[in-house]
Amino acid sequence: MRGTTSYKPMGARIRFWVIAIVILAIYYWAFQGMHFEGIQATTKSVSLSILDGFLHPDWAYVYIPEGEDLLRGLLDTLIISILGTFVSAFLCIPFAFWASTNMSKRIAVSGSGKAVLSFIRVFPEIIVAILFIKAVGPGAFAGVLALGIHSIGMLAKLYSETIESIDSGPQEALIASGANRLQVLRYAVLPQVIPQFLSYSLYRFEINIRSATTLGLVGAGGIGTPLIFALQVRNWNRVGVILLGIVVLIILTDLISGWLRKRII
Amino acid sequence: MKPVTPASGKKSPPDMQLTTQRYKRIATWLLIVIVLVLCSIQTKVTPYQLIVGLPQMGSLLQEMIPPDWSYVPTIWGPMLETIQIAIVGTTLGGIIAVPVALLCAYNIMPNKLVSIPMRIVLNLVRTVPDLLFASIFVAIFGIGPFAGMLALVFFSFGIIAKLTFEAIEAIDPGPLEAMTAVGASRMQVIIFGVVPQALPYFISYFLYTFEVNIRAASVLGLVGAGGIGLLLDRSLGLFRYDRASMIILLTLVIVLVIDYGSTRIRRKLL
Repeated sequence: MRGTTSYKPMGARIRFWVIAIVILAIYYWAFQGMHFEGIQATTKSVSLSILDGFLHPDWAYVYIPEGEDLLRGLLDTLIISILGTFVSAFLCIPFAFWASTNMSKRIAVSGSGKAVLSFIRVFPEIIVAILFIKAVGPGAFAGVLALGIHSIGMLAKLYSETIESIDSGPQEALIASGANRLQVLRYAVLPQVIPQFLSYSLYRFEINIRSATTLGLVGAGGIGTPLIFALQVRNWNRVGVILLGIVVLIILTDLISGWLRKRII
Repeated sequence: MKPVTPASGKKSPPDMQLTTQRYKRIATWLLIVIVLVLCSIQTKVTPYQLIVGLPQMGSLLQEMIPPDWSYVPTIWGPMLETIQIAIVGTTLGGIIAVPVALLCAYNIMPNKLVSIPMRIVLNLVRTVPDLLFASIFVAIFGIGPFAGMLALVFFSFGIIAKLTFEAIEAIDPGPLEAMTAVGASRMQVIIFGVVPQALPYFISYFLYTFEVNIRAASVLGLVGAGGIGLLLDRSLGLFRYDRASMIILLTLVIVLVIDYGSTRIRRKLL
């Protein structure tokens, strides 16, 4: 195999080495910042107790008749992501039409729509959640708003790509037979895009349920709040059962939503 | 524009179908509305709360503008640390992902006793969100960038391994069969058959995960795992919203710059 390597021109070789040196320099700099020596001395004992906690989950926490338990926390998480997805699935429709190129005649309109959407997408949802907590107080409501607003960025982008890919035939036929814009939307555009919209919303729901489990870490409701309390008091048995609950919840919703998505399309 | 129905007489089969379809649709919408109402009763999330909260949101935004520009020198260091966490986390995660992706792909590892357990492990890793990893590692290794980096290692390992093994399964089997036919070993097939085909995809997914990780690293500090999030948490706790908005602004700029560069490289690759 060795004899077949051809000699590259000088310029390409210099470029290769420059890129290699730049990448090496970046890595050298990046590893400098990691403070590998700063690992705590208690690491071993803590890891052992965590492992012990995970092996013996606090089953009593799963259901407590009065007050906060695992099932209620998971239910809250599920509800936050359902409501959040629902809010964004509706809020993003106008954004999607704004950002799709075939719905407006001027490129500036759709271009500005796309810019707004990418601006929304850059905000991590946890930051959105913190801002809403400051505004409306801690609780499930802040979580719903955070997911609802943050999901617009991705959902509207996917929606607008769907709208851009529709068949223009029915639309032209309706315009030719004298339908107004609203009728064109109702009878030509919507029937083509609704299944795809639903599928994307379900996909976003799968992402949102993962986010909803972490929203509680900053106080936006759901299972994350009891988790952060259990972590702070080092109650590893409880942490174990909560993590188990989260994993089961996510796997179940993934399965159900995947099955629904297959049926829709 | 209503569907045409015959004025009288027995309904024809297509009509029956239309009616049942309509009933189904009404039932679906009813179900959705009931679920939503139950949800909002359970968590007490109502539109009323939104109307009450709106003025507060307005005053919050007012306090955030203008951002405190003099804060930039202070946040520059933690910002760089955020980027370092993302780089190291993505790289280590990507390195671990390579052998796992090879073991998961059915066309490289036909033995399902190996590939299916690997896939299950991969799926389990992917169910845990990055902040959960971070909060556990902070408990184990203490507050600091090391915990954040480990969280990102696991998080990016899940994404990269999943995407890469799907790319490996989609490669052209021709070269692999040709090499096997002339007597190449498993290792040689992987190096000369699989790697050249899968490498562009791997690098592309790697860069994509890096983009995701920059965003993730910027919030890891909220649970104590290093980076800019710690300062964000602090300035929000002290009600210095002008500083918080400066941090958010700088994060946005860094994310946009890295997204732009990474997207350009990815376009070139694929």
